[in-house]
Amino acid sequence: MATSVRAAADGTPPPAPPPPPASRKPTPTPAHTGWRSRLYRWDLKATPYAFVAPFFLCFAAFGLFPLIYTGWLSLHRVELGGEAEWRGFDNYTGLWDSDFFWNALANTFTIGVISTVPQLLMALGLAHLLNYKLRGRGFFRVAVLAPYATSIAAATLVFAQLFNSDYGLINTVLGWVGFEPVSWESSRWPAQIAISVIVTWRWTGYNALIYLAAMQAVPQDLYEAASLDGASRWRQFISITIPSIRPTILFTIVVSTIGATQLFGEPMLFGGSLGVSGGSGNQFQTLSLLMYEKGWVTGALGQASAIAWVMLLLLLLIGGLRLVAGRVNRRKSGA
Amino acid sequence: MKLKQTAGRQHHAGPVTYVLLGLAALVSLFPLYWNLVAASHSGERVVEAPAPLLPGPRLFENLSFAWNQVDMGEALVNTTIVAGLVAASTVVFSTLAGFAFAKLPFRGRNVLLTLVVATMTIPPQLSVIPLYQIITDLGWVDQLQSVVLPSLVAAFGVFFMRQYLLEALPVELIEAARVDGAHSLRIIWHVVFPVARPAMAVLGMLVFVQAWNDFFWPFIALTPDGNPTLQVALAGLGSGNHTIDQAIVLTGALISTVPLLVVFALLGKHIVGGITSGAVKN
Repeated sequence: MATSVRAAADGTPPPAPPPPPASRKPTPTPAHTGWRSRLYRWDLKATPYAFVAPFFLCFAAFGLFPLIYTGWLSLHRVELGGEAEWRGFDNYTGLWDSDFFWNALANTFTIGVISTVPQLLMALGLAHLLNYKLRGRGFFRVAVLAPYATSIAAATLVFAQLFNSDYGLINTVLGWVGFEPVSWESSRWPAQIAISVIVTWRWTGYNALIYLAAMQAVPQDLYEAASLDGASRWRQFISITIPSIRPTILFTIVVSTIGATQLFGEPMLFGGSLGVSGGSGNQFQTLSLLMYEKGWVTGALGQASAIAWVMLLLLLLIGGLRLVAGRVNRRKSGA
Repeated sequence: MKLKQTAGRQHHAGPVTYVLLGLAALVSLFPLYWNLVAASHSGERVVEAPAPLLPGPRLFENLSFAWNQVDMGEALVNTTIVAGLVAASTVVFSTLAGFAFAKLPFRGRNVLLTLVVATMTIPPQLSVIPLYQIITDLGWVDQLQSVVLPSLVAAFGVFFMRQYLLEALPVELIEAARVDGAHSLRIIWHVVFPVARPAMAVLGMLVFVQAWNDFFWPFIALTPDGNPTLQVALAGLGSGNHTIDQAIVLTGALISTVPLLVVFALLGKHIVGGITSGAVKN
């Protein structure tokens, strides 16, 4: 074996783990071997921790500590660079009473739904198409993935032009088909739809490829059996493909829900010169954007921290609901 | 392929499939094409209806203005440094941790692995305020290390490498190396890294793309006038700090997008493979 040749070549005698049965074959320098085997055992014990340490150190410093500190801040009144002043749950009750908070929460929810649902449905359809035997398969895959290589900032700036109410290409095309120009930035629903389009554009191809991978792992005999039973392609898609890739679908739902909760760059840059408010009437201000405005524009770090924690609690709530729903489902299908 | 070519994915695509896929490709690529078109016109022309659909004459003028006047060139260098460092360190640390989780027995392994996965759900919003205070205290605002340090290793990478090494690295190989007297670092260098190389390459590309496009934290830690990454510089352009010349804004967007698109065109197949192998498989 190659490795033994190499080990012999640099003259290190094998320390023979586990500790050699000393009685049968006494080694010439027992003290040396003992030291080596202790080192060896120490190496076995400690290295796993050394290998995972960088992640946990980095997480402790840049994830866990800030997480807790943000919680502590959220119970205080803090200005940028100022002293913290204990306020209990004032920041949270303040949010409860704030129209801006409810508006941002509602926007985060609606933009999340109208970007995530069509995105995943389209990705499912796209994956199904890509799963056929295709000419130019590589081209199609790379083409639908290209938006993923585009940054939030670049994509939003391009789409902001395309969606411009006065000279944007989208209104021009709508005009050809006989529609009135839509004010994509200043009206509530059009603005939220426009932002969702940017999100959907960037992520559909990515999700489609994830689905495609899962679809290719579905056993072929399932389809063959269904064909013999006379099931149509559509029927096979609904009754075989979708159930078979359910874990993957759940995975993408979780990931895109998390993403949607944190939406920041698209609504911020879509507002353009209007600044960080998320539209002149906050019509597309998300929670992240509100948090940024509180923390860095107003300088109220305590309030911003409270918003951050509400976001975490929301995610935990969604996660909890998912678990409950999963359990109920399993019980139903088990019964 | 000994299976009959009758079922499921073995179906040949019909014309409808090609039309729909063509449409999808068009929708995916058109905004990128239009970005190029807009970057090749004057600022006045871009904001004139109807919007231009064919390339204009001013691409190089716009490029040189964006490069020299608003310093997209510096931002490009900064972004390359940041994304390169983040990708390299994430790949190395993730491989070490992924190897430990996949192949080394130790107490608390499962609990720690669950923790790693759980950290993926924590929104970055929860850490930016303390992080901002830390970098302010350290005088790191506008310094690239404030963006690099928090991203040195990622939970996704650890999980990705674990999944790969679980299947790709036979335990016998490690045991054989141990019998031959190799200590852990030697095993890493001579056994784990060579086996993990394909996955490391894919992870490196994915992390590079992500770091290149990262926005939220860099936008807070760096300013457009200080030492920006491309995304921060773009945000500055877009919100009118420097200019409201939309052609220049879109030239900036083009500069930030093209390097990655070139990478995608060259390595597309591997990236596609990487994304699909990064998905959960049950």
